[in-house]
Formats: sequence, C-alpha cells, structure tokens
Amino acid sequence: MAIIEINNLVKKFPVGKGFFTALNDVNLTFGEGEFTGLVGPSGSGKTTLLNIIGSLDTPSEGSAVVLEKSIAELTHKQSAKLRNQHIGFIFQTYNLLPVYTVYENVEFALLLQNMNGTERKKAVMQALEWVGLTDKIKSKPNMLSGGECQRVAIARSMVKKPQIVLADEPTANLDSKNSHHILQTMEKLNEELKTTFIFATHDEKVMKYMKRIISLKDGQVDNDVQINHSETSNLKL
Amino acid sequence: MIKFLFKGILRDRSRSLLPVIIVSIGVLLTVFLSGYFTGVFGDIIDINAKFTSGHVKIMTRVYAENKDQVPNDLALMEVGELKTKLNLEYSEMEWVSRTHFGGLIDVPDENGETRAQGPAAGRAVDLFSPESQEIERMNIGNSVVKGVIPTKSGEAIISDDFAERFSVNIGDEVTLFGSTMNGSMMFHNFIVSGTIRFGPAMLDRGAIIIDITDAQMILDMEDAASEVLGYFKDGLYDTEKAGLISASFNEKYSNVNDEFSPQMFKLEEDAGLDEYLMLADSMSGVMITFFIIAMSIVLWNTGLLGGLRRYSEYGIRLALGEEKKHIFKTIIYEAILIGLLGSVIGTILGISLSYYVQETGIDFSNIMENTTMMFPQVFRTLVKPAHFFIGFIPGLFAVVLGNALAGFAIYKRKTAQLFKELEV
Repeated sequence: MAIIEINNLVKKFPVGKGFFTALNDVNLTFGEGEFTGLVGPSGSGKTTLLNIIGSLDTPSEGSAVVLEKSIAELTHKQSAKLRNQHIGFIFQTYNLLPVYTVYENVEFALLLQNMNGTERKKAVMQALEWVGLTDKIKSKPNMLSGGECQRVAIARSMVKKPQIVLADEPTANLDSKNSHHILQTMEKLNEELKTTFIFATHDEKVMKYMKRIISLKDGQVDNDVQINHSETSNLKL
Repeated sequence: MIKFLFKGILRDRSRSLLPVIIVSIGVLLTVFLSGYFTGVFGDIIDINAKFTSGHVKIMTRVYAENKDQVPNDLALMEVGELKTKLNLEYSEMEWVSRTHFGGLIDVPDENGETRAQGPAAGRAVDLFSPESQEIERMNIGNSVVKGVIPTKSGEAIISDDFAERFSVNIGDEVTLFGSTMNGSMMFHNFIVSGTIRFGPAMLDRGAIIIDITDAQMILDMEDAASEVLGYFKDGLYDTEKAGLISASFNEKYSNVNDEFSPQMFKLEEDAGLDEYLMLADSMSGVMITFFIIAMSIVLWNTGLLGGLRRYSEYGIRLALGEEKKHIFKTIIYEAILIGLLGSVIGTILGISLSYYVQETGIDFSNIMENTTMMFPQVFRTLVKPAHFFIGFIPGLFAVVLGNALAGFAIYKRKTAQLFKELEV
C-alpha cells in the first residue's frame, strides 16, 4: 500500500526574472516499510523532493500525497502536525540542540506532542536503547563523537515512531565504520518498526543498504529499481 | 515545554546573560533616575515651600505685583484677624506670618564708628512662640554655624559668610539700617547670637534673621506682615488641595478692585515652579519611554543576533513539527523570563543605589556656590513605593518588543525558505 504518491510533480524556484525547475514531472510512489535511496548529482532535486515529502515545501504543479494528505492543500498548522506525528528527519550535520543533553534532545520531539512525563521517559529510553546510547543520556552533543551525534539524531527522529523518516546525506560527515553502524541501526529499525526510510545520498556505502534506488537527473527520475545488494555496483547514477 | 525552553536559556549564557545585563542596566537606570528626579524635584519644591512660597501664600494684590522689591509699605494689615479666620476656615493648614526686609548691616569698631557695612536680606519669622514650627521648618537649628538661635528680643542671627568677612563675633552688636513700613528711616541695634549657613547662596547672602515681633516693632508693622504662608499639616504638598483652598480664599476675600485686598497663591504660582512640577510629574513617563525605546533597539539587535545564532535550532524545531507560531510564542516567553529576571535584578540594584543616595546625597555645594536659584546643595534621591515596580515596565516591554521584532522575521518567512537559510 502506497503511503506517498507523487504525480506529475513540478517544483520551480524563482531565479531573477525567470524560474529554475528543480523537479520536472516526477511520478513516484513509496510503500510502507521501504528503504529507499534518492541518488543523483548535486542539483538533481533530491533535497527538494525530500522537502516536499516532508511538507517543508509545496509543489508548483502536480501533487504530492503523503499519508493521504495532499501537501499542497495543507495549512501551515496541518503540515507541522504531519511532521510532528508522522515524519522524522535526519540531517547531514546532526543538528542537535547544543545546550541540551542527549536525553533532552530526544525528548524534545515528544514534548511537542504533549506526551505525559512517564510515557515520554519510557519512549526516550527505548529510542536511546535502539541506537545504543543509554549510557550517554546526560552527555551534551559537544561531548560526543560524530557517529554518536548521528545516533542521537536517529533516536530523535525515531522516538515518536514515525511512519516516514527522511534522511538527507546522513553519513556524509561520518567515517566508514560509523557510517555502517548508523546504516545498520536504521536498517534494523526499518525491519522492526516497518518505518519507511527515504535517503538522499551520494554515498555508495549507503546505496549498498538500499532496497530500492531512485536516480534523479536534472529534476527527473532517471532510473527506479528494486534491487538486490549485488546489483548496486551496476547502477546508472 | 516552557520548562524545557527555560532550561535552555539558563544554560546558554550568550542567550540569557547579555539580555539580562542590558535589561538590568536599563531598569537600574530607570529606577535610580526616577528616584533621583523625584528626590531633586521634591527637594526644590520643598526648599522653595519652606523658605519663600509656603504651600500657599497670601499677600496683598499690589505687594504680589511688586514682591521683588520687598515693598513693606504694601504689606498685609490686620494679620492677627486674618490668621484667626484662616485657622478656622482652613484648619488643615498651619498659618504663619513672615516679613522680608532689606537694608544695611553696619558693623561698628570699639569706638562705635562704622568699621564695615554690607547689604542685608532680612527675614523675620516666629522664633519665640513655643508652638512655632518655623525653626524646624527652615532647618535653622541645623544651619547654625556658631552661637545659638535668638532667644529674646533684640537678638539676631546673621550669615556666617558675612560674619567671617567682617570679623563679627558672637555677642557683638550690629546696627540694621532700613526703612519702616511708613517710609521713615529705621536703625536698630541687634546682638549677634549666632551665625548661620543654609547652603544656597541666595539664602545666605547678607542674611539676617530676627523674630517677627522685633520686625513689627522696628519696621512699624504692628499686626502687619509681608506675607502669610500656609503649610499642610502633614508637610506634603498637594497641588490640587492647594488649588482648591486658594480658589476658595480668593473668591471670598480677594477683590480685583482693591489692590490691598489679600490674594492667595499656591506654591507653583508664586515660585514659578509650574514647569518644574509638570516636569517632575512627567519625568518618570519620559524616562520609561526613553529606556523602552533605547533598550528595545539594543535588545532587538541582541535578539536578531541571538536569532541568527539559533537559526539552526529553529529549523530543527520546524522539522520536528513545531509550528512557527509556537516558536514565535516561545521567543516571547523567553523574553518575558529574561525581562522579569533583568527587571528584578535591576530593581534591586536601582533601589539599593537610590537608598544609598537618599541617605548620603550627592554634594553639589561647590558647583552651586554662586547660584541665585533656590536649589538644594545636596541632591538626594527619594525612594517611593512606585519605584519597586516602575522598572518592570521598560524591563519587560523592551525585551518583549526587541525579541518580537527579531522573531517576526522568522515568523514571516516561508518554512522552506527558512529551512534553506538555516542550512539544516
């Protein structure tokens, strides 16, 4: 069953007196529990597509329906609610709140949902357990390694058990060992919780873990394949 | 959520310390300057009331028109009867008569020949009546430099500057030359019982103070006085009450067709203090407005810088599903917390400093040495109950306004645009 349906999606940004077309006639569907990578060179439209799926931006033409909600028709409040309850974000630069502890960074997502204290604590501890950071709950981000920071970011995105996680270059700042650790963690969560993960990436290490890879080129879908991991080396990027 | 955000503010000193310091300084200055102006204006009004104008003053209409010349030939007559009526009809005030006179003080040598002479600016007040408050009111007791206040007829206390300049000692005899109420020449010998220094040059220059009964005798002013002054018994000037009393008195006793009829003036009318009083009333408002504007500009900039620093945080919060409206609200909540914290600190510091200056004062006597205006020599603040909350107005308003202006930019931007700018 499709949880994201994108039909004839066009996204244009004003540039000077004209427009730059970031996405051009994109048609895609994403099902529950997918582990999908959006690949392509810079400017191919990966992040723009993630922003629209994440209801941070709206289509210029066409439609993007996420969890049965048309992104173009959502009010600001409704799109915030959609993100708050159903979509998690993971960023290249972790973007943890520096003055808060690991526990508080993860807790923040739940505070926005007005969850009560006991349930919140249980959920935060569970999320930190998923990423193996229960021993670091009182540490601040500046006391953590890059890999640990990204694990906190994963815990923060997963703590509310969203149906969709959007990860923009999640391993770009990590070494090989940490990248694999992070990806294995996300793969495990994908399998256990049936969360849909959509990655925007250049990183071949990431592609090796994907079950589906969508190549974007000049704002259009160039290739969309369900793959076995042995096939990733033959992908047309 | 609020607790969570406040925890963040307290941990991130760059977010809280600078704004709190700015607000504290602004509030401190607001409280202190408000206390200072209240004190100084109060002292100016007080010193004028005590020495020259009373809270209300009665003179003949024609004396009032020429009062700078001290025209005792135009003085009030039948003062005893007038005071009796005043005590009956306006019993909330204490009524006293005073007489001003000019002339020369002649200092003789051992042979009785003139050794020195100087101009006299005489005041005759009730020094001898047991119920008289004049000595306390004019602070004569504390202003005596040498000797004592006159205790019997024929004694005078003179300016310490005059006594120093002409080597007049306690117990020496000086002669006062002048003119009587009827225009005859007057000269009378007084024993110097003491010397005095009030502070303001205007009061000390050529000062000679005698009892009013002596003045009535030597100036041929039996049952007459230059003026009758009224003081509220609680000692506090109330412009509205004074206005009502003077209007009532003038309606009953003053006659525009009779230049010798009495006319009552309230303090600001007599002393030309109208503008001072208006300024004193509006000064707090002016200062609060000034500090709100000044602090808002500074805090707006601080808020913008803080906002820029926290762009990433706002982006994350948007991505996590927080509404822009909620982010804006939290910016305002943070501002209120910082405003309250800064206001409390600023008020404590401002009140403490004001109390200190209220007790010790700032001595301007060297600067005011030659001034002819009735200014207090030592400026003091005056702490009033209002000063405990006055600083909260600019403290809270400025920081909220500053942060609101800074936050508005974020609120107005499209989410995706902001998200992009945030470099998330």
